[in-house]
Amino acid sequence: MSNYRYTLGDRTWRFSGLAEVMAKATPARSGDRLAGVIAETAEERVVAQMVLAELPLKTFLEDLLIPYEADEITRLIVDSHDTQAFAPIAHLTVGDFRNWLLSDDTTAEVIAAVRPGITPEMAAAVAKIMRNQDLILVARKCRVITAFRSTIGKPGHLSTRLQPNHPTDDPTGIAASILDGLLYGNGDAVIGINPATDNVAQSIRLMQMLDEVIHKYDIPTQSCVLTHVTNTREAIEAGAPVDLVFQSIGGTEATNTSFGFGLNDLAETRDAALALERGTVGNNVMYFETGQGSSLSAGAHHGLDQQTCEARAYGVARHFDPLLVNTVVGFIGPEYLYDGKEIIRAGLEDHFCGKLLGVPMGCDVCYTNHAEADQNDMDTLLTLLGVAGVNFVMGIPGSDDIMLNYQTTSFHDALYARRALDLAPAPEFGDWLSRAGIFTDGADYRLAETLPKAFAQSLDQLPEGADHG
Amino acid sequence: MAEPFDTAPAARHDHVVDNPWRKLRAFTDARIGLGRAGISLPTARLLEFQLAHAQARDAVHLPLDVETLCDALADPPTPWPRGAPVRLHSQAADRITYLQRPDYGRRLDDDARAALSEAASGNGYDLAVVVVDGLSSHAVASHAAPFIRAMAAELAADSDHDWRVAPLTVVEQGRVAIGDEVGEILGADCVVVLIGERPGLSSPDSLGLYLTWAPRVGVTDEKRNCISNVRPAGLGMADAARRLFYLLGAARRDRASGVTLKDRSDDAVLDHDTDQTNFLTR
Repeated sequence: MSNYRYTLGDRTWRFSGLAEVMAKATPARSGDRLAGVIAETAEERVVAQMVLAELPLKTFLEDLLIPYEADEITRLIVDSHDTQAFAPIAHLTVGDFRNWLLSDDTTAEVIAAVRPGITPEMAAAVAKIMRNQDLILVARKCRVITAFRSTIGKPGHLSTRLQPNHPTDDPTGIAASILDGLLYGNGDAVIGINPATDNVAQSIRLMQMLDEVIHKYDIPTQSCVLTHVTNTREAIEAGAPVDLVFQSIGGTEATNTSFGFGLNDLAETRDAALALERGTVGNNVMYFETGQGSSLSAGAHHGLDQQTCEARAYGVARHFDPLLVNTVVGFIGPEYLYDGKEIIRAGLEDHFCGKLLGVPMGCDVCYTNHAEADQNDMDTLLTLLGVAGVNFVMGIPGSDDIMLNYQTTSFHDALYARRALDLAPAPEFGDWLSRAGIFTDGADYRLAETLPKAFAQSLDQLPEGADHG
Repeated sequence: MAEPFDTAPAARHDHVVDNPWRKLRAFTDARIGLGRAGISLPTARLLEFQLAHAQARDAVHLPLDVETLCDALADPPTPWPRGAPVRLHSQAADRITYLQRPDYGRRLDDDARAALSEAASGNGYDLAVVVVDGLSSHAVASHAAPFIRAMAAELAADSDHDWRVAPLTVVEQGRVAIGDEVGEILGADCVVVLIGERPGLSSPDSLGLYLTWAPRVGVTDEKRNCISNVRPAGLGMADAARRLFYLLGAARRDRASGVTLKDRSDDAVLDHDTDQTNFLTR
C-alpha cells in the first residue's frame, strides 16, 4: 500500500490504495463527492494524477480493484486478458500509455492489435490524465464497425437511434413519431422503443409493430424494444420478431444483480437471438445501455469512482459483440453529474474508453431539467462527439422525450451534425433515404420538399380525428 | 375525413418548410412536424422549446413560497385538526446542496425534529400528510391545497372509519423519504407525501403522491405506492384522491404498502387491446 505516495517539495502525499488513487485522480464530479471518494483539494487531485501516471499498466493486472472471488466481471476481465496482445505495451506506465496512444505511430490497426490486452481499468486510468482533446483524438482513431441490416461506425458516418417513446405506448402516437423521424432521415442505428409498460405481452406487441414498419417500407435498419433481457428471451421463445436484445448493464456484478440479471442471462439470450438469423449484412445482436453513477445508485460501487465502474461495464459489453452500446450520460441527474461541464467530460470519457476497448459506442447526449445544463451544452457535446467519431446518437421529436421526461438530441440535431461535420448515414440506409425520396440526391444532406409517395398514402389512412389537431 | 396528403412540394413561407404531417399532433404530445429552416428548427419552434425549458427550470429553482402555501392551508378541512401547518426543513440548507446530496434531503434538521415532537399528540394517528417541495415548487404551490380538499372529501365520506389525521406538515428541500421521519415522530400508521416531481418539458407542474405504511427512517422504496402525474392536464385532483383513498383502505386492511399492494390495486395501465393498428402499417 505504501507504493501509492508522492513527494512534492517537502510534503509527502499518501493514498491508501489503488482505488483511492483512481478516485482522487478523477476530474471533479458530484457523484464521486456523493460517494465520498473525491479528492479533497484541487492539488490533491493533480498529485493523484501524478501518482497514477507513474504506475505501470501491469499494476492493474495484479492489484485488482474488486476481488476476483467477489465479482464475475473481475473474473471476466482477468480470464479474458490476452497477454500476447498486451506485450507491446506491457512495459508502459499509465503516463507512457497516454503518450503511446497519441503517438503518430499508433494507428487504428496498432490499437486494434493491442486491444485484447487493454483492461477496462487501464482505459479508465489513462482517461483520467487525458484532456478533452486527447479523448477526442484517440477515440477518432479507434474505429469500431458493426452490422445487422445496416453497417454502423464507418469513418465519416454517424447513425441515429429513432426513439419514438409514448407515455401509454399508444400505437398511433408511436407511429407518428416514427414517421416524423424517418422523414427527417433518422433511424439507421435502430428504431428503439422504451416501453411504458414493461412486460412480455406489451413488448411483443411493440416488436411486431416495428417489424411490420421495417418490412412494409423495406427499411435497412433493425428494431429493439428496450425491455429486460429475461423478457426478451421469453419473447423469442414465444416466436416474436426480435432483432436486438437489450439490457442496461453496469460494471460490477452487484450492479447487475440489482438490475436482475447475470452474465449468463446475456449469453443465453444472445445465443437465442443469433439463432433467429435476422441480420442481413451482419449479426451483432446486442444493444447495451450504460451510464456513470449506476453502480453508486445501486449501492454496488465497492468504493470505486463512477468513471472506473463505467469502464468496467464496457468490459462486459465487448464480450458479447454488441451492435450498439449507448452511454446515457445526462439521464441520471445532478447528484452524479451536476452540470453541462461534468456531463460533457463524462460523455467524452465514456466514448473514449468504450472505443479503446473495442465497443461500438454511441451516446445519449442528454440532460434532465434539474441538471445545470441546457441545449447549448448538448450542442457542444454533440459536436465534440461528432468530431470524435461517435457511432450513433439518439433522435427524438423536438428533443423532448414525453415518456421518460428528459431532453436528448432531436431529428434536427442529427441533420445539423451531418451538415456541420459531413457525416453520412449508414450506407444501406443512406441509399434507402434516396430511394424513398426522403433525401434529395444533391449534396449537403438536403431533405426533399415533397412528401414521399409511400408515406403520403399511409397518412391517408389516418383515423378520424386527425383534423382536430 | 382528412384531405388526402399529396406529394406536391410542401408549403414554404418566410424560409420555413412546413410539415404536412403536423396534424398527427392530434394523436401525441410529441413535438412532431416542427418544420424546418434549412435543416434547423424554425424560430417559433425554437422559442417554444426555450419557454418550456425555462418553465421547467423555474419549477426546480424557484423556492416554494411557504408563507402563501401555509396561509392557504391555515384552516384545513376536516378531518385535519384545526391550525396552521407545521413548517419543517430538511438537512439540505439550500437548493444547490439539495440537488447534489439526496441523502440530506431525506432527513429533518434539528429544529424541525424539535418542532415536530412538540406538535405530536403522543396518541398516534391513522394518517399523516406531508407536503414537500421536491423538484417542482410550481406543482406544490398550485396543486397541494386543491388536492388536500379533494382528499378531505374522500376521508370525510368514509362511513367505515373515523380517520385520526395528524397536523399537516410542510417541508422545504425535502425528498420522498423525509416523510418516513415525519411519520415516525408523529406516530402515524401511514404517511402520504405530496411532492413536486422532476419537471418534464411538457409537464412542469406534476405532483407525486407516495404512500408508506409504518413509516420509519430507513424504509426502502419497494415499500411505497406511488401515484404520479397529478395535475389538471394529467391525473385530476378528484381522480387522484379516489385512487389514493382506495390505496389507503387497502394498506390499512393489509397493514402493508408497496409492491404486494400495488399488484391488486393498480388500474390496468394499457387498454389498446381493441385497436393495435396504426396508420403506418394498416
